[in-house]
Amino acid sequence: MVSRTVLGTSDIDRAVTRIAHEILESNHGTSNLVLLGIPTRGVILANRIFEVISKNETVDIEQCLGQLDITMYRDDLNQQPTRSVGHTHIPGGSLDGKIVVLVDDVLFSGRTIRAALDAINDFGRPKAVRLAVLIDRGHRELPIRADFVGKNLPTSRDERIRVHLTESDADNEVVIEG
Amino acid sequence: MKHLLSAADLDRHSAIELLDIASEMSGVNEREIKKLPTLRGKTVVNLFFEDSTRTRISFEVAAKRLSADVINFSAKGSSVSKGESLKDTAQTLEAMGADAVVVRHHASGAAHALANRGWISASVVNAGDGTHEHPSQALLDAYSLREAIHASPAGQSLEGLKVAIVGDIAHSRVARSNLTLLKTLGAKVYLVGPATLLPGALTAQADGFSYSLDDAIEDFDLDAVMMLRVQLERMTASFFPSEREYARIWGLNGDRLSRLKSDALILHPGPMNRGLEIDAKASDSKNSLVLRQVANGVNMRMAVLYKLLAGGSIND
Repeated sequence: MVSRTVLGTSDIDRAVTRIAHEILESNHGTSNLVLLGIPTRGVILANRIFEVISKNETVDIEQCLGQLDITMYRDDLNQQPTRSVGHTHIPGGSLDGKIVVLVDDVLFSGRTIRAALDAINDFGRPKAVRLAVLIDRGHRELPIRADFVGKNLPTSRDERIRVHLTESDADNEVVIEG
Repeated sequence: MKHLLSAADLDRHSAIELLDIASEMSGVNEREIKKLPTLRGKTVVNLFFEDSTRTRISFEVAAKRLSADVINFSAKGSSVSKGESLKDTAQTLEAMGADAVVVRHHASGAAHALANRGWISASVVNAGDGTHEHPSQALLDAYSLREAIHASPAGQSLEGLKVAIVGDIAHSRVARSNLTLLKTLGAKVYLVGPATLLPGALTAQADGFSYSLDDAIEDFDLDAVMMLRVQLERMTASFFPSEREYARIWGLNGDRLSRLKSDALILHPGPMNRGLEIDAKASDSKNSLVLRQVANGVNMRMAVLYKLLAGGSIND
């Protein structure tokens, strides 16, 4: 198997910083902003984005940072062994009137995001839902697109993308295998 | 995992996984919409040949929270009173498309028969079979204990916790399932009760036993006491002289409560015979987990149904 590193530590840092600033710019600040990371690496990325935001603006972590597990909303539960369930934390308990930014590592078929949109529905009615991803690799199966993208990576369907972040892995890198 | 028939079906890893799933399920109760779409289109049948309040209702709520359809069946008022057998009843329900059958039956082994004789292909959950097993009760008891002793319970076991199960051990499926599961999770389990209600086969598996609750409180340095209901309906002989004597010797009262550690936990699977095996001082004390047990029952059963029904055919 051939594997190729496409992003290193500093590339990932720059992408996260840029996404954070784009979020602030499009939202005109942090009012009503809620970052929801999708486990596992989406949560890590959401934390990193929040760190950058909190360096630039005054923002309350209790109101702004959460995570959303979408296991129970997947459309492929029947096709796989039972998955373990991740943790969900909604800041402030409700998403009514919030600007929600979903954060995930790789955007591929779009099915995870579809499940996340269903899950969000059960926590209230946000004013808007946006999507931030580190990698957009194409091959969408649903009409979904990202608002904030770290890097667009054209791939073939049988290649695999691995995102490694130091919080859960040995190093910071994005690798294509295939 | 296809069926949940016995606490012995669970090794430590899968038991802890189930407890962890249950604790994630508890978040659903605090949401605006208390429902998950996970089991949409699945049918869960509650097949109850014996009376039940807590277990049947909590399985029903659990299935509904996961969007499954629920059919409640109780033997009273059904064709069972015309003499229909367990096999025919179960096959009728299967023909109506049941994906899981939650069964409570007065005969020990009924759930095992349903699962293994090829009568039906649905998943079977044992919700109490005679005097044999009641695994979902043991799971929710373990969950309640774990939640009470660990600030962040996820991934934790009950290693080293000293628990006494007290009372009518012989007739108690709750005691059998708890003995197995609590030991799987690393707890030390002591059995306490009148000699007539304490079978040797079970005391041999326990970490200790006593015929006197007072001695047990003195000797075992208990962290938790699980009182069992005296099952008068299953008693075919005189196992103790009188209810008053039972209450005096084996009942948990204010006096015995004061001799336990100040943070010792009190459990009871319900329904309680107040004044017999437990008095109001003990059941309503701040250390009592009785109401937490009921509340946790729903989360625990959601986790069980999720584990049995959500996965695909690749599993098992």
